[in-house]
Amino acid sequence: MIKAILIFNNHGKPRLIRFYQYFTEDMQQQIIRETFHLVSKRDDNVCNFLEGGSLIGGSDYKLIYRHYATLYFVFCVDSSESELGILDLIQVFVETLDKCFENVCELDLIFHMDKVHYILQEVVMGGMVLETNMNEIVAQVEVQNRMEKSEGGLSAAPARAVSAVKNMNLPEIPRNINIGDINIKVPSLSPF
Amino acid sequence: MSDVVEKTLTALPSLLSLDSQPGAAKLSSTSKLGNLIRGITELTSKHEEEKLIHRELASIKEQVSSPNTSMRQMKELMVRAIYCESLGYEASFSYIHAIKLAQQGTGLEKRVGYLAVSLFLNENHELLLLLVNTVLKDLQSTNLIEVCMALTVVSQMFPKDMIPAILPLVEEKLNHPKEIIRRKAVLALYKFYLIAPNQVQHIHNKFRKALCDKDPGVMTASLHIYLQMIQENAEGYKDLTASFVSILKQVVGGKLPIDFNYHSVPAPWLQIQLIRILSLLGKNDQRTSEIMYEVLDESLRRAEMNHNITYAILYECVKCIYTIHPKSDLLEKAAKCIGNFVLSPKINLKYLGLKALTYVIQQDPKLALQHQMTIIECLDHPDLIIKRETLELLFRITNTQNVVVIVEKMLEFLRMSTDDYTTIDLVGKVAELAEKYPSDCVCFSYKNYTYAPDNEWFIETMNTVFSLSGDTMQPDIPNSFLKLLSEGFESVEEDRKLRLFAVDSYVTLLKGETGKLPQFFLQVISWVLGEYSHLSEELKPATVLELLQKLLDRKQTSSETKSWALMAMTKLCEGRAGVSVAQQVSETYISSMDTVLRQRAQELQHLSQDSELRARVLPRDADLEPLEVDSSLSFLDGFVSEALAAGAAPYKPPHQRQEELSQAKVLSLEPYGLSLPISMSSCSIADRQSPTLLSMSSGLSGDSTDLSHKGGSTTLKFEGVKRVWGKEGYLAQKESVEEAVQVEAPSPLRSTSQQAEVVGSHSQTPTLTPTPEPEQEKQQLASSLFFGISSQSSVCLMGKSGPTPQRFRRKAKGQSSSSGATEQMSNSVVFTSTTVDNLLCNNPPDSTITSEVDVSSSKHTSELPQGLTAANGTCDIEAELTDSDLKGSSPPLSGDNGLENADPDPHENLDKPQGVCLSSHLPAELSGLCRSEITPLCTLQNLDLSACHVHREDTIVLVVFITNSSDSAVQHIRLDLDSELLEVSCVSESPAKDVRSVAVYLYSLTVRRPAVHVELAGTVSYQVPVGTPQTAQFSYKLPLTAFIRPLTVSTEEYGTMWLAFSHDTKQNLTLINDGQEPLVATLNVLRKKLQLHVVEVIGVEGILACKLLQDQPCLMHFRVHEGALAVWLRSPVPDLPDCLIYHCQRALQEH
Repeated sequence: MIKAILIFNNHGKPRLIRFYQYFTEDMQQQIIRETFHLVSKRDDNVCNFLEGGSLIGGSDYKLIYRHYATLYFVFCVDSSESELGILDLIQVFVETLDKCFENVCELDLIFHMDKVHYILQEVVMGGMVLETNMNEIVAQVEVQNRMEKSEGGLSAAPARAVSAVKNMNLPEIPRNINIGDINIKVPSLSPF
Repeated sequence: MSDVVEKTLTALPSLLSLDSQPGAAKLSSTSKLGNLIRGITELTSKHEEEKLIHRELASIKEQVSSPNTSMRQMKELMVRAIYCESLGYEASFSYIHAIKLAQQGTGLEKRVGYLAVSLFLNENHELLLLLVNTVLKDLQSTNLIEVCMALTVVSQMFPKDMIPAILPLVEEKLNHPKEIIRRKAVLALYKFYLIAPNQVQHIHNKFRKALCDKDPGVMTASLHIYLQMIQENAEGYKDLTASFVSILKQVVGGKLPIDFNYHSVPAPWLQIQLIRILSLLGKNDQRTSEIMYEVLDESLRRAEMNHNITYAILYECVKCIYTIHPKSDLLEKAAKCIGNFVLSPKINLKYLGLKALTYVIQQDPKLALQHQMTIIECLDHPDLIIKRETLELLFRITNTQNVVVIVEKMLEFLRMSTDDYTTIDLVGKVAELAEKYPSDCVCFSYKNYTYAPDNEWFIETMNTVFSLSGDTMQPDIPNSFLKLLSEGFESVEEDRKLRLFAVDSYVTLLKGETGKLPQFFLQVISWVLGEYSHLSEELKPATVLELLQKLLDRKQTSSETKSWALMAMTKLCEGRAGVSVAQQVSETYISSMDTVLRQRAQELQHLSQDSELRARVLPRDADLEPLEVDSSLSFLDGFVSEALAAGAAPYKPPHQRQEELSQAKVLSLEPYGLSLPISMSSCSIADRQSPTLLSMSSGLSGDSTDLSHKGGSTTLKFEGVKRVWGKEGYLAQKESVEEAVQVEAPSPLRSTSQQAEVVGSHSQTPTLTPTPEPEQEKQQLASSLFFGISSQSSVCLMGKSGPTPQRFRRKAKGQSSSSGATEQMSNSVVFTSTTVDNLLCNNPPDSTITSEVDVSSSKHTSELPQGLTAANGTCDIEAELTDSDLKGSSPPLSGDNGLENADPDPHENLDKPQGVCLSSHLPAELSGLCRSEITPLCTLQNLDLSACHVHREDTIVLVVFITNSSDSAVQHIRLDLDSELLEVSCVSESPAKDVRSVAVYLYSLTVRRPAVHVELAGTVSYQVPVGTPQTAQFSYKLPLTAFIRPLTVSTEEYGTMWLAFSHDTKQNLTLINDGQEPLVATLNVLRKKLQLHVVEVIGVEGILACKLLQDQPCLMHFRVHEGALAVWLRSPVPDLPDCLIYHCQRALQEH
């Protein structure tokens, strides 16, 4: 499970903080500081994994990070996640941000912090990886943004707009799922 | 003021708008968030930032609480509040508004509201309860986005207690036509599973459906759940192996839509997840492993090394191959793969390669040899993480030959490390190694140094470890070091040398600069010098005393270290010089503010003056016999009995005291013990004299031992520690005094801390009064002692009670005989194998059940564990079980009851062959039910009497078998049963038809008066054709639990009943701690073993109900309190609560 996702810049200024496990406010800030301290010391030519932040629970936990220009993306995960898998998930996340913001930079993250959160929500939900497909993530976010636009018209024609929102459907990405091939044997439920 | 603020804030952008940057350009210039951010970026000092944010927060606060703020503005304000919070400034005033926004807002406003809530609050926050209704509403919304938002926030955090409220709605979403909603619902359920596993017990089948979902996304989401559940219990999901394998096969084979590809690798994350699941399933299981060899091979082959993500898959494959049952050609390929990882120039892969090597090294040490050089290179790698990983690898392959070098490397790393975490970890490892190989005559030549065998190396290494570790060390390292030093190794001479060397090196250290030595190390030094400095001939005690004094005088020395030093001095102060130093020191510290130091100084003062006493208290070279700790504190018995004689009030447990305070009601003082028949057994203990309730239970546990041994081995009772302290403190009793005397004789003590304890207690004794505080401590001690004993006895009684009987129990519910269960039964100690055989061969009449079982037996076995997990549920489970009960045989009665009763006394088991035949005579209507083992009652010239009891839903049936063992006919058999406690009514008699056949008598039993065990006395009389009438007596005993049945009541009914009942008992029980939530786990055990009905569990409290046949209810209230389970039982029947408490205790101990 992913325990926390931290994005901060080269000076340790937090840009996006998301904890999936409860820590007190002070503890959170301390974790951010310590993580920054650990990560910022490292050159770019060393590995992207760090073990043993003593704050987020010991040897089972790992920090997996990537450094992009001015930003550090740090995922704090437990042993049930694959190191390289998470590393690529960060890449997916950043590419998605890039797609949504068109050439994402640190300022986008600052000024649209809420939007970054919404994008993240489509990638990781409650500490579990929800979606790794960039197109799917972008599509979900776009639906929500469309809601924004239609909301603009709400005051003008309330009734119609509300019904429009109501009837709006989530995108159906044609996936051409030939699921027939995946014939998972429906397990016979145990006959007690 | 706020106007000023507003102005300042609005003025800011105009100041800053000049340097608008490309990203910011997209923002509207009037955005207040933009202003704030720009304001902050312009600031130079932290202090200014603080000021600005506080002003900002003040303005937000004012606006959110204003009634004129529209939802739209609120949304904007909330984003600003989020921003401030993320910088670490608290904006708690906005939490409630965030909830309001989520509640009242529409669309985007709601989204911001939910986001703010999920960022601000945690699942224990009280405000979160206000969100429940909103979530409920949104889950039912027709707007899919709102449903998504609700599911997202639910999976982020949701109050555990409120899960039942929304669970049905979330479950419903599993059937939603939109896959994204199904997917989110699956993850939300997974979250529920994590925080409250018992709440989602019943939807395991839905998880299976999710696994088979037509959308691969939903299937992927469900793998999270399966990974978790398989980690917890791999056995339960072996049947899914083939499914997982086929999914993986199709994924690897590119059957998924191209959409799922990532860098042209098909669904890599899905693959990783699947391989992980497979490795868990195939661990230690050859049959399952064989299913997956092919697909793993395929995965290895397909994952060509071209992208990062393929390495991820390869890594998982390699780990999986080394985890499951080995297959040589796969291992070969995996080894090659590891080689590629380790040799890779990419540092991440090298790291993983090392990890993989560390993982496989125990199975395949040759692999390390192959990569020897790479490993050596990695040792000098600039990346500390790589270096540490290498050390970890080396740590795993340490042996006597390489320990010196490896330790040297580790110490080298330690010297450079600045990270606390790493230091602690490594220090532990070095210490472990040093202790593991100290005396193995490590004679080793390395870089021209010849390491002297062991001792010096060991001490020096430990010195380095201690001095490098700082004060962050785990305390068990110095402890185990001292233990090692004092216990020594094989040869006395070696030990002496080792200690001598330690003393010498410490003296040298103390003579040098001590300023940098950590406190732990100084404590170790003090102890060693105190204990062993006499070994050195040239070292005078005065010198050591001087050094210790110097240590005491240093400002940096902590008071704990000082007390260690004082203790050392106490051991050393002899001779005139010593005494004078001791006097001097003790005078300084005798007035110390620190009570411990003051006490040590006192000791020092007294003992330095009285050398005789010192020799007795601190014998030099005390023998190394393990110290007997008298945890019952029996040395205080004399004191307590004196105090009691002098009129002190006997100790009462806190709840009793409280009750006395709260209700003026007089405690029932009727002697509980007498109501229990067992207290009349041979070894009745003086406990009964104690007026308090709990002493009875302590007596009970003792009695239960001899009960089962039927006086055969009463000795057990007197073995071990005396039961001088009951649950509630001292049990007034005469016998214990003489026992106590033995204990009080001063035993030579070795460990300093314990010495201190004794010395301390000596000095304290005169002032000690029976105040509640120390009593409480004793009570704790006593209760642990109490449990210790009884658990011991239960071990003798029951043999191991592992998970096996539990399995069996589940099985026994459906039908008491099943070939599928046979294997498991034979594991269970309680149910001896002969019985199984007898079940097997003797149940042909119930062919429907048996045959059905036979056919499905193999299936059952595989499904069984899953049934088990399901059986862990609390409330819903009863219904589920009844549904699945076969052929409406009996309602689910746990076989356990019957089993427990079966007396496993070995001599009785000799009669097995007879039992085998007898069970076939069991009346047909009783044969499917669970029953106790058939035990012989008495044997006469011609007749053999045996009996068992059968559990029916509404009654207990006693079955008596009378077998004529002679060849002559027996006439006029008369059987009379009587019991003080039971009502016995004859149900049927079927006299033997001819010689050598069996007569079966059925009696139905009802409890008149509850007792822990109820006993029946019987007389049999008969006449042989030639001769006088004969009679014989026998007795039969059943536990009360045989008469307990679940009582299904609602919480409301429970409430009214609770108030109406007058007899109650309270006690603390131990909680079962095996990973699950302790309360639930404990209640489950009780529910299963005692046939209770779980009415409701809320948070740390649970209520259960049961009835004593026919209709005598007993209500139980459980509350987790300070690590124990406080139990409160109420019933209209006197004595019933007490007896049930006893059985609860037993049940938990046996668990």
